[in-house]
Amino acid sequence: MNFTKGYELLKLCQQHNKKISRIMIEREQNIAGVNESEIVSKMKISLDIMKESVEKGLSEDIKSVSGLIGGDAKRVKERSENKESVCGLTMSKAISRAMAALEVNAAMGKIVAAPTAGSCGIIPGTFITMSEVFNFKDDTLIEGLMAASAIGMLISRNATVAGAEGGCQAETGAAAAMAAAGIVEMMGGSPEMSLHAASICIKNILGLVCDPIAGLVEAPCEKRNAIGAANALISAEMALAGVKSIIPFDEVVDTMYRVGKCMPAELRETALGGLAATPTGIRLQQQIFK
Amino acid sequence: MKDYSMFEILGPNMIGPSSSHTAGACRLGKVAYKIAEESIKEVTFLLHGSFGKTYKGHGTDKALLGGILGFDPDDERISSSFEIAKKEGITYSFIEKDLGEVHANTVKIIIKKKDGNTIDILGSSVGGGNIVVTEINGLELEFTGEYTTLIIAHIDKPGIIAKVSAILAEHNINIAFMRVYRHGKGQKAFMIIETDDHIKEEVIEDIKNAENVINGYLVSINN
Repeated sequence: MNFTKGYELLKLCQQHNKKISRIMIEREQNIAGVNESEIVSKMKISLDIMKESVEKGLSEDIKSVSGLIGGDAKRVKERSENKESVCGLTMSKAISRAMAALEVNAAMGKIVAAPTAGSCGIIPGTFITMSEVFNFKDDTLIEGLMAASAIGMLISRNATVAGAEGGCQAETGAAAAMAAAGIVEMMGGSPEMSLHAASICIKNILGLVCDPIAGLVEAPCEKRNAIGAANALISAEMALAGVKSIIPFDEVVDTMYRVGKCMPAELRETALGGLAATPTGIRLQQQIFK
Repeated sequence: MKDYSMFEILGPNMIGPSSSHTAGACRLGKVAYKIAEESIKEVTFLLHGSFGKTYKGHGTDKALLGGILGFDPDDERISSSFEIAKKEGITYSFIEKDLGEVHANTVKIIIKKKDGNTIDILGSSVGGGNIVVTEINGLELEFTGEYTTLIIAHIDKPGIIAKVSAILAEHNINIAFMRVYRHGKGQKAFMIIETDDHIKEEVIEDIKNAENVINGYLVSINN
Protein backbone atom coordinates (compact mmCIF):
# COMPACT_ATOMS: atom_id res chain seq x y z
CA MET A 1 0.00 0.00 0.00
CA ASN A 2 1.79 3.12 -1.21
CA PHE A 3 1.14 6.27 -3.17
CA THR A 4 3.16 9.21 -4.44
CA LYS A 5 0.43 11.57 -5.69
CA GLY A 6 -2.75 12.96 -4.22
CA TYR A 7 -4.94 11.32 -6.86
CA GLU A 8 -3.39 7.93 -6.03
CA LEU A 9 -4.17 8.46 -2.36
CA LEU A 10 -7.79 9.27 -3.20
CA LYS A 11 -8.04 6.19 -5.40
CA LEU A 12 -6.75 4.00 -2.57
CA CYS A 13 -9.24 5.55 -0.14
CA GLN A 14 -12.11 4.92 -2.56
CA GLN A 15 -11.05 1.37 -3.55
CA HIS A 16 -10.70 0.20 0.04
CA ASN A 17 -13.35 2.50 1.49
CA LYS A 18 -10.84 3.80 4.03
CA LYS A 19 -9.92 7.12 5.58
CA ILE A 20 -6.57 8.76 4.80
CA SER A 21 -5.26 7.90 8.27
CA ARG A 22 -6.03 4.20 7.66
CA ILE A 23 -4.13 4.21 4.37
CA MET A 24 -1.20 5.94 6.11
CA ILE A 25 -1.04 3.45 8.96
CA GLU A 26 -1.02 0.52 6.54
CA ARG A 27 1.62 2.22 4.44
CA GLU A 28 3.77 2.84 7.51
CA GLN A 29 3.58 -0.83 8.48
CA ASN A 30 4.89 -1.71 5.01
CA ILE A 31 7.77 0.71 4.79
CA ALA A 32 8.95 0.64 8.41
CA GLY A 33 8.17 -2.99 9.23
CA VAL A 34 6.49 -2.16 12.52
CA ASN A 35 3.02 -3.03 13.81
CA GLU A 36 0.03 -0.77 14.27
CA SER A 37 0.22 -0.44 18.04
CA GLU A 38 3.88 0.65 17.86
CA ILE A 39 2.98 3.31 15.30
CA VAL A 40 0.07 4.56 17.38
CA SER A 41 2.11 4.77 20.58
CA LYS A 42 4.92 6.59 18.78
CA MET A 43 2.41 9.11 17.43
CA LYS A 44 0.99 9.50 20.95
CA ILE A 45 4.46 10.60 22.11
CA SER A 46 4.51 13.24 19.37
CA LEU A 47 1.01 14.39 20.34
CA ASP A 48 2.05 14.69 23.99
CA ILE A 49 5.10 16.79 23.07
CA MET A 50 2.82 19.05 21.02
CA LYS A 51 0.44 19.47 23.97
CA GLU A 52 3.30 20.16 26.40
CA SER A 53 4.87 22.75 24.11
CA VAL A 54 1.59 24.66 23.83
CA GLU A 55 0.97 24.46 27.58
CA LYS A 56 4.48 25.68 28.33
CA GLY A 57 4.25 28.56 25.86
CA LEU A 58 1.00 29.78 27.41
CA SER A 59 1.93 29.38 31.07
CA GLU A 60 5.64 30.20 31.40
CA ASP A 61 7.51 33.41 30.69
CA ILE A 62 9.15 32.66 27.38
CA LYS A 63 12.07 34.57 25.93
CA SER A 64 13.72 33.46 22.70
CA VAL A 65 17.47 32.78 22.50
CA SER A 66 18.09 36.14 20.80
CA GLY A 67 15.52 38.00 22.87
CA LEU A 68 13.59 39.02 19.75
CA ILE A 69 10.33 37.28 20.66
CA GLY A 70 8.48 35.92 23.68
CA GLY A 71 5.22 36.61 25.50
CA ASP A 72 3.03 37.37 22.49
CA ALA A 73 1.18 34.04 22.66
CA LYS A 74 0.16 34.87 26.23
CA ARG A 75 -0.91 38.37 25.19
CA VAL A 76 -3.36 37.01 22.62
CA LYS A 77 -4.69 34.41 25.05
CA GLU A 78 -5.19 36.88 27.88
CA ARG A 79 -6.98 39.42 25.75
CA SER A 80 -9.38 36.84 24.35
CA GLU A 81 -10.21 35.74 27.89
CA ASN A 82 -10.82 39.25 29.19
CA LYS A 83 -12.26 41.08 26.22
CA GLU A 84 -14.48 40.12 23.36
CA SER A 85 -12.42 38.32 20.72
CA VAL A 86 -12.38 39.81 17.23
CA CYS A 87 -12.38 36.44 15.46
CA GLY A 88 -14.18 34.32 18.03
CA LEU A 89 -12.71 32.07 20.69
CA THR A 90 -11.94 29.09 18.48
CA MET A 91 -9.77 31.21 16.22
CA SER A 92 -8.07 33.19 18.96
CA LYS A 93 -7.24 30.00 20.85
CA ALA A 94 -5.83 28.35 17.74
CA ILE A 95 -3.60 31.29 16.92
CA SER A 96 -2.35 31.84 20.48
CA ARG A 97 -1.52 28.13 20.76
CA ALA A 98 0.30 28.13 17.42
CA MET A 99 2.32 31.13 18.63
CA ALA A 100 3.00 29.41 21.96
CA ALA A 101 4.63 26.36 20.37
CA LEU A 102 6.74 28.54 18.09
CA GLU A 103 7.91 30.62 21.07
CA VAL A 104 8.90 27.47 22.94
CA ASN A 105 10.88 26.39 19.88
CA ALA A 106 12.66 29.74 19.76
CA ALA A 107 13.51 29.44 23.45
CA MET A 108 15.17 26.03 23.02
CA GLY A 109 12.18 24.10 24.32
CA LYS A 110 10.98 20.73 23.08
CA ILE A 111 8.75 20.60 20.00
CA VAL A 112 7.78 18.32 17.14
CA ALA A 113 8.96 19.59 13.76
CA ALA A 114 5.61 19.58 11.91
CA PRO A 115 6.82 19.44 9.22
CA THR A 116 9.66 21.81 10.21
CA ALA A 117 10.73 23.56 13.41
CA GLY A 118 9.84 26.93 11.87
CA SER A 119 6.26 25.80 11.28
CA CYS A 120 5.90 23.74 14.47
CA GLY A 121 2.97 25.73 15.89
CA ILE A 122 0.28 25.29 13.25
CA ILE A 123 -0.71 21.66 13.75
CA PRO A 124 -0.62 21.72 17.59
CA GLY A 125 -2.43 25.08 17.69
CA THR A 126 -5.32 23.96 15.52
CA PHE A 127 -5.56 20.33 16.67
CA ILE A 128 -5.59 21.07 20.39
CA THR A 129 -8.22 23.75 19.83
CA MET A 130 -10.36 21.35 17.77
CA SER A 131 -10.10 18.72 20.49
CA GLU A 132 -11.27 21.26 23.06
CA VAL A 133 -14.20 22.54 21.00
CA PHE A 134 -15.41 19.15 19.71
CA ASN A 135 -14.29 16.90 22.57
CA PHE A 136 -11.98 14.82 20.40
CA LYS A 137 -10.15 12.05 22.25
CA ASP A 138 -6.44 11.38 21.69
CA ASP A 139 -7.29 8.51 19.29
CA THR A 140 -9.05 10.97 17.00
CA LEU A 141 -6.17 13.45 17.21
CA ILE A 142 -3.68 10.69 16.39
CA GLU A 143 -5.73 9.78 13.31
CA GLY A 144 -5.80 13.45 12.38
CA LEU A 145 -2.01 13.61 12.68
CA MET A 146 -1.68 10.60 10.41
CA ALA A 147 -3.94 12.16 7.82
CA ALA A 148 -1.92 15.37 8.10
CA SER A 149 1.30 13.45 7.59
CA ALA A 150 -0.04 12.09 4.28
CA ILE A 151 -0.27 15.65 2.97
CA GLY A 152 3.20 16.50 4.30
CA MET A 153 4.59 13.37 2.68
CA LEU A 154 3.07 14.29 -0.69
CA ILE A 155 4.45 17.84 -0.49
CA SER A 156 7.92 16.62 0.60
CA ARG A 157 7.95 14.06 -2.17
CA ASN A 158 6.66 16.24 -5.01
CA ALA A 159 7.85 19.68 -3.91
CA THR A 160 9.57 20.75 -0.68
CA VAL A 161 8.82 21.76 2.90
CA ALA A 162 12.12 23.64 3.33
CA GLY A 163 12.07 27.44 3.48
CA ALA A 164 15.55 27.48 1.98
CA GLU A 165 14.17 25.78 -1.12
CA GLY A 166 10.61 27.02 -1.44
CA GLY A 167 10.17 30.00 0.87
CA CYS A 168 7.66 30.28 3.70
CA GLN A 169 4.85 29.06 1.43
CA ALA A 170 6.61 25.69 1.56
CA GLU A 171 7.03 25.65 5.35
CA THR A 172 4.02 27.27 6.98
CA GLY A 173 2.07 26.54 3.79
CA ALA A 174 2.73 22.82 4.11
CA ALA A 175 1.96 22.87 7.84
CA ALA A 176 -1.36 24.65 7.24
CA ALA A 177 -2.29 22.26 4.43
CA MET A 178 -1.47 19.29 6.65
CA ALA A 179 -3.50 20.73 9.53
CA ALA A 180 -6.48 21.52 7.29
CA ALA A 181 -6.60 18.00 5.84
CA GLY A 182 -6.33 16.48 9.31
CA ILE A 183 -9.09 18.68 10.68
CA VAL A 184 -11.41 17.73 7.81
CA GLU A 185 -10.88 14.04 8.54
CA MET A 186 -11.41 14.50 12.29
CA MET A 187 -14.64 16.39 11.53
CA GLY A 188 -15.90 13.48 9.44
CA GLY A 189 -15.20 14.95 6.02
CA SER A 190 -14.26 12.76 3.05
CA PRO A 191 -10.67 12.15 1.85
CA GLU A 192 -11.55 14.25 -1.18
CA MET A 193 -12.56 17.13 1.09
CA SER A 194 -9.25 16.80 2.96
CA LEU A 195 -7.34 17.29 -0.28
CA HIS A 196 -9.49 20.25 -1.25
CA ALA A 197 -8.78 21.81 2.15
CA ALA A 198 -5.03 21.27 1.70
CA SER A 199 -5.14 22.73 -1.82
CA ILE A 200 -7.05 25.81 -0.67
CA CYS A 201 -4.49 26.39 2.10
CA ILE A 202 -1.51 26.34 -0.23
CA LYS A 203 -3.26 28.54 -2.79
CA ASN A 204 -4.00 31.10 -0.08
CA ILE A 205 -0.33 31.76 0.68
CA LEU A 206 1.28 30.95 -2.67
CA GLY A 207 4.40 33.06 -3.07
CA LEU A 208 5.01 33.77 0.61
CA VAL A 209 8.72 34.48 1.09
CA CYS A 210 11.04 33.25 3.86
CA ASP A 211 12.82 36.34 5.25
CA PRO A 212 13.67 35.69 8.91
CA ILE A 213 15.18 38.60 10.82
CA ALA A 214 18.83 37.83 11.59
CA GLY A 215 18.25 34.42 9.99
CA LEU A 216 16.60 33.18 13.18
CA VAL A 217 13.44 31.07 13.47
CA GLU A 218 11.66 33.82 15.40
CA ALA A 219 10.26 36.78 13.47
CA PRO A 220 8.18 36.93 11.34
CA CYS A 221 7.90 33.13 11.82
CA GLU A 222 5.75 33.38 14.95
CA LYS A 223 3.07 35.52 13.31
CA ARG A 224 3.15 33.37 10.19
CA ASN A 225 2.40 30.38 12.37
CA ALA A 226 -0.65 32.26 13.65
CA ILE A 227 -1.73 33.04 10.08
CA GLY A 228 -1.07 29.42 9.14
CA ALA A 229 -3.39 28.22 11.90
CA ALA A 230 -6.10 30.61 10.71
CA ASN A 231 -5.54 29.52 7.12
CA ALA A 232 -5.98 25.86 8.13
CA LEU A 233 -9.27 26.55 9.94
CA ILE A 234 -10.65 28.72 7.14
CA SER A 235 -9.74 26.17 4.48
CA ALA A 236 -11.19 23.26 6.48
CA GLU A 237 -14.41 25.23 6.99
CA MET A 238 -14.73 25.79 3.25
CA ALA A 239 -13.91 22.21 2.29
CA LEU A 240 -16.32 20.73 4.84
CA ALA A 241 -19.07 22.92 3.34
CA GLY A 242 -18.38 21.35 -0.04
CA VAL A 243 -16.25 24.14 -1.48
CA LYS A 244 -13.81 22.66 -3.96
CA SER A 245 -10.39 23.74 -5.10
CA ILE A 246 -10.77 24.34 -8.83
CA ILE A 247 -7.12 23.36 -9.34
CA PRO A 248 -6.50 19.79 -8.12
CA PHE A 249 -4.14 19.11 -5.21
CA ASP A 250 -1.26 17.63 -7.24
CA GLU A 251 -1.23 20.63 -9.57
CA VAL A 252 -1.33 23.03 -6.63
CA VAL A 253 1.70 21.29 -5.08
CA ASP A 254 3.56 21.46 -8.41
CA THR A 255 2.67 25.15 -8.63
CA MET A 256 3.99 25.83 -5.14
CA TYR A 257 7.27 24.15 -6.09
CA ARG A 258 7.55 26.10 -9.35
CA VAL A 259 6.82 29.38 -7.56
CA GLY A 260 9.45 28.52 -4.94
CA LYS A 261 12.04 27.93 -7.64
CA CYS A 262 11.25 31.33 -9.14
CA MET A 263 12.07 33.05 -5.84
CA PRO A 264 15.48 34.66 -5.69
CA ALA A 265 17.86 33.24 -3.07
CA GLU A 266 17.46 36.47 -1.06
CA LEU A 267 13.88 35.40 -0.25
CA ARG A 268 14.62 31.81 0.70
CA GLU A 269 15.81 31.79 4.32
CA THR A 270 19.13 33.54 3.67
CA ALA A 271 18.13 36.66 5.63
CA LEU A 272 19.38 38.76 2.72
CA GLY A 273 16.00 40.03 1.53
CA GLY A 274 12.46 40.87 2.59
CA LEU A 275 11.96 41.94 6.21
CA ALA A 276 15.47 40.80 7.14
CA ALA A 277 16.94 43.40 4.77
CA THR A 278 14.99 46.38 6.17
CA PRO A 279 16.93 49.00 8.19
CA THR A 280 15.35 47.66 11.38
CA GLY A 281 16.00 44.06 10.40
CA ILE A 282 19.66 44.81 9.74
CA ARG A 283 20.02 46.77 12.97
CA LEU A 284 18.53 43.89 14.97
CA GLN A 285 20.84 41.42 13.26
CA GLN A 286 23.86 43.54 14.21
CA GLN A 287 22.66 43.80 17.81
CA ILE A 288 22.10 40.05 18.15
CA PHE A 289 25.41 38.97 16.60
CA LYS A 290 27.64 41.76 17.91
CA MET B 1 12.82 8.77 -4.54
CA LYS B 2 12.60 8.21 -0.86
CA ASP B 3 9.60 6.70 0.94
CA TYR B 4 9.14 9.08 3.85
CA SER B 5 7.95 7.59 7.12
CA MET B 6 5.16 9.60 8.77
CA PHE B 7 7.60 10.29 11.60
CA GLU B 8 10.02 11.99 9.22
CA ILE B 9 7.16 14.32 8.25
CA LEU B 10 5.87 14.83 11.79
CA GLY B 11 9.28 14.97 13.40
CA PRO B 12 11.97 14.92 14.53
CA ASN B 13 10.94 15.49 18.13
CA MET B 14 13.56 18.04 19.05
CA ILE B 15 14.74 20.98 21.10
CA GLY B 16 14.34 24.16 19.04
CA PRO B 17 14.87 26.41 17.30
CA SER B 18 16.32 24.89 14.13
CA SER B 19 16.62 21.34 12.84
CA SER B 20 19.89 22.11 11.06
CA HIS B 21 21.43 24.52 13.60
CA THR B 22 20.23 22.80 16.77
CA ALA B 23 19.16 19.16 16.24
CA GLY B 24 21.89 18.46 13.66
CA ALA B 25 24.50 20.21 15.81
CA CYS B 26 23.55 18.08 18.81
CA ARG B 27 23.88 14.91 16.72
CA LEU B 28 27.37 15.93 15.58
CA GLY B 29 28.36 16.48 19.21
CA LYS B 30 26.88 13.11 20.15
CA VAL B 31 28.94 11.32 17.48
CA ALA B 32 32.09 12.94 18.92
CA TYR B 33 30.98 11.89 22.43
CA LYS B 34 30.63 8.28 21.29
CA ILE B 35 33.99 8.23 19.54
CA ALA B 36 35.70 9.81 22.55
CA GLU B 37 34.14 7.04 24.67
CA GLU B 38 32.70 9.57 27.08
CA SER B 39 35.99 10.47 28.80
CA ILE B 40 36.15 14.11 27.68
CA LYS B 41 38.20 16.72 29.50
CA GLU B 42 38.28 19.62 27.08
CA VAL B 43 36.50 20.40 23.83
CA THR B 44 37.01 23.08 21.21
CA PHE B 45 34.49 23.73 18.47
CA LEU B 46 35.68 25.39 15.27
CA LEU B 47 32.55 26.80 13.64
CA HIS B 48 32.44 27.35 9.91
CA GLY B 49 30.07 29.35 7.67
CA SER B 50 26.53 29.77 8.94
CA PHE B 51 27.45 27.85 12.11
CA GLY B 52 30.15 30.45 12.80
CA LYS B 53 27.98 33.45 11.97
CA THR B 54 24.74 32.52 13.73
CA TYR B 55 25.56 29.97 16.41
CA LYS B 56 24.57 32.19 19.32
CA GLY B 57 21.09 33.00 18.03
CA HIS B 58 20.34 29.38 17.15
CA GLY B 59 21.73 27.84 20.31
CA THR B 60 24.12 25.85 18.11
CA ASP B 61 26.75 26.18 20.86
CA LYS B 62 24.48 24.71 23.54
CA ALA B 63 23.37 21.92 21.21
CA LEU B 64 26.94 20.94 20.23
CA LEU B 65 27.99 20.89 23.87
CA GLY B 66 24.81 18.98 24.75
CA GLY B 67 25.84 16.31 22.26
CA ILE B 68 29.28 16.18 23.88
CA LEU B 69 27.47 15.50 27.17
CA GLY B 70 25.68 12.58 25.52
CA PHE B 71 22.31 14.27 25.04
CA ASP B 72 19.98 13.46 22.14
CA PRO B 73 18.35 16.27 20.11
CA ASP B 74 15.12 16.02 22.12
CA ASP B 75 16.78 16.29 25.54
CA GLU B 76 15.59 19.36 27.43
CA ARG B 77 18.90 19.58 29.29
CA ILE B 78 20.42 21.02 26.07
CA SER B 79 19.38 24.54 27.05
CA SER B 80 21.46 24.28 30.25
CA SER B 81 24.39 22.37 28.74
CA PHE B 82 26.91 25.12 29.66
CA GLU B 83 26.11 24.75 33.37
CA ILE B 84 26.07 20.95 33.18
CA ALA B 85 29.45 20.83 31.41
CA LYS B 86 30.95 23.08 34.09
CA LYS B 87 29.58 20.81 36.81
CA GLU B 88 31.11 17.78 35.09
CA GLY B 89 34.45 19.54 34.81
CA ILE B 90 34.45 19.72 31.00
CA THR B 91 35.97 22.93 29.62
CA TYR B 92 34.79 24.20 26.26
CA SER B 93 35.33 26.97 23.73
CA PHE B 94 33.74 28.10 20.48
CA ILE B 95 35.83 29.69 17.73
CA GLU B 96 34.57 31.00 14.40
CA LYS B 97 36.87 29.65 11.69
CA ASP B 98 36.96 29.24 7.91
CA LEU B 99 37.39 25.50 7.36
CA GLY B 100 37.71 25.81 3.58
CA GLU B 101 35.57 24.12 0.92
CA VAL B 102 33.00 22.50 3.21
CA HIS B 103 29.21 22.64 3.73
CA ALA B 104 27.90 25.94 5.18
CA ASN B 105 26.98 24.29 8.49
CA THR B 106 30.24 22.58 9.40
CA VAL B 107 32.05 22.13 12.69
CA LYS B 108 35.40 20.70 13.66
CA ILE B 109 35.26 19.22 17.13
CA ILE B 110 38.61 18.85 18.89
CA ILE B 111 38.50 16.76 22.03
CA LYS B 112 41.14 16.34 24.67
CA LYS B 113 40.41 13.16 26.60
CA LYS B 114 41.12 12.52 30.26
CA ASP B 115 43.88 10.09 29.27
CA GLY B 116 45.66 12.85 27.33
CA ASN B 117 44.70 11.62 23.85
CA THR B 118 43.14 13.99 21.33
CA ILE B 119 40.44 13.27 18.81
CA ASP B 120 39.19 15.58 16.10
CA ILE B 121 36.05 15.16 14.06
CA LEU B 122 34.80 17.14 11.11
CA GLY B 123 31.09 17.04 10.31
CA SER B 124 28.26 18.97 8.70
CA SER B 125 24.58 19.47 9.46
CA VAL B 126 22.97 19.05 6.07
CA GLY B 127 19.32 19.90 6.78
CA GLY B 128 16.32 18.51 8.65
CA GLY B 129 18.57 17.39 11.51
CA ASN B 130 20.55 15.09 9.23
CA ILE B 131 24.35 15.01 9.49
CA VAL B 132 27.42 13.80 7.62
CA VAL B 133 30.73 13.10 9.35
CA THR B 134 33.57 13.59 6.87
CA GLU B 135 36.79 13.30 8.85
CA ILE B 136 38.09 11.60 11.98
CA ASN B 137 41.64 12.39 13.14
CA GLY B 138 42.58 13.80 9.76
CA LEU B 139 41.33 10.77 7.84
CA GLU B 140 38.68 11.55 5.24
CA LEU B 141 35.66 9.26 5.39
CA GLU B 142 31.88 9.56 5.27
CA PHE B 143 28.91 8.38 7.29
CA THR B 144 25.55 9.82 8.31
CA GLY B 145 24.58 7.89 11.44
CA GLU B 146 21.16 7.27 9.85
CA TYR B 147 21.80 3.54 10.19
CA THR B 148 23.32 1.77 13.15
CA THR B 149 26.96 2.62 12.40
CA LEU B 150 29.99 0.73 13.62
CA ILE B 151 33.31 2.52 13.34
CA ILE B 152 36.34 0.31 13.74
CA ALA B 153 39.84 1.72 14.04
CA HIS B 154 42.31 -0.93 12.94
CA ILE B 155 45.65 -1.61 11.28
CA ASP B 156 45.53 -2.10 7.51
CA LYS B 157 46.43 -5.83 7.43
CA PRO B 158 45.14 -8.71 5.27
CA GLY B 159 42.21 -10.66 6.71
CA ILE B 160 40.95 -7.98 9.06
CA ILE B 161 37.77 -7.33 7.06
CA ALA B 162 36.97 -11.04 6.88
CA LYS B 163 37.45 -11.33 10.63
CA VAL B 164 35.13 -8.44 11.46
CA SER B 165 32.43 -9.52 9.01
CA ALA B 166 32.62 -13.07 10.39
CA ILE B 167 31.93 -11.77 13.89
CA LEU B 168 28.92 -9.81 12.60
CA ALA B 169 27.67 -12.87 10.68
CA GLU B 170 27.98 -14.99 13.84
CA HIS B 171 25.60 -12.59 15.57
CA ASN B 172 23.25 -12.61 12.59
CA ILE B 173 23.85 -8.91 11.80
CA ASN B 174 23.28 -7.85 8.22
CA ILE B 175 25.69 -5.32 6.74
CA ALA B 176 23.83 -2.71 4.68
CA PHE B 177 26.90 -0.65 3.64
CA MET B 178 30.60 -0.97 4.33
CA ARG B 179 33.61 1.19 3.46
CA VAL B 180 37.29 1.10 4.42
CA TYR B 181 39.63 4.10 4.71
CA ARG B 182 43.33 4.17 5.53
CA HIS B 183 46.14 6.60 6.15
CA GLY B 184 48.42 4.42 4.00
CA LYS B 185 49.29 0.79 3.29
CA GLY B 186 49.83 -1.14 6.52
CA GLN B 187 48.99 1.94 8.60
CA LYS B 188 46.07 3.02 10.79
CA ALA B 189 42.70 2.61 9.09
CA PHE B 190 38.95 2.90 9.73
CA MET B 191 36.12 0.60 8.75
CA ILE B 192 32.65 2.13 8.59
CA ILE B 193 29.94 -0.51 8.74
CA GLU B 194 26.26 0.42 8.54
CA THR B 195 23.78 -2.25 9.52
CA ASP B 196 20.03 -2.84 9.51
CA ASP B 197 20.10 -4.38 12.96
CA HIS B 198 20.92 -3.09 16.40
CA ILE B 199 24.40 -4.12 17.56
CA LYS B 200 24.88 -5.31 21.14
CA GLU B 201 27.81 -4.24 23.30
CA GLU B 202 29.16 -7.82 23.42
CA VAL B 203 29.53 -7.86 19.63
CA ILE B 204 31.65 -4.71 19.77
CA GLU B 205 33.73 -6.29 22.54
CA ASP B 206 34.34 -9.35 20.34
CA ILE B 207 35.47 -7.10 17.51
CA LYS B 208 37.69 -5.02 19.79
CA ASN B 209 39.44 -8.19 20.92
CA ALA B 210 40.25 -9.26 17.37
CA GLU B 211 43.87 -9.02 16.23
CA ASN B 212 44.87 -5.69 14.63
CA VAL B 213 41.70 -3.95 15.83
CA ILE B 214 42.54 -0.81 17.79
CA ASN B 215 39.04 0.21 18.82
CA GLY B 216 35.35 0.04 17.96
CA TYR B 217 32.54 2.54 18.45
CA LEU B 218 28.81 2.47 17.84
CA VAL B 219 27.43 5.81 16.72
CA SER B 220 23.80 5.36 15.76
CA ILE B 221 22.04 8.72 16.11
CA ASN B 222 18.57 7.24 16.49
CA ASN B 223 19.03 5.76 19.93
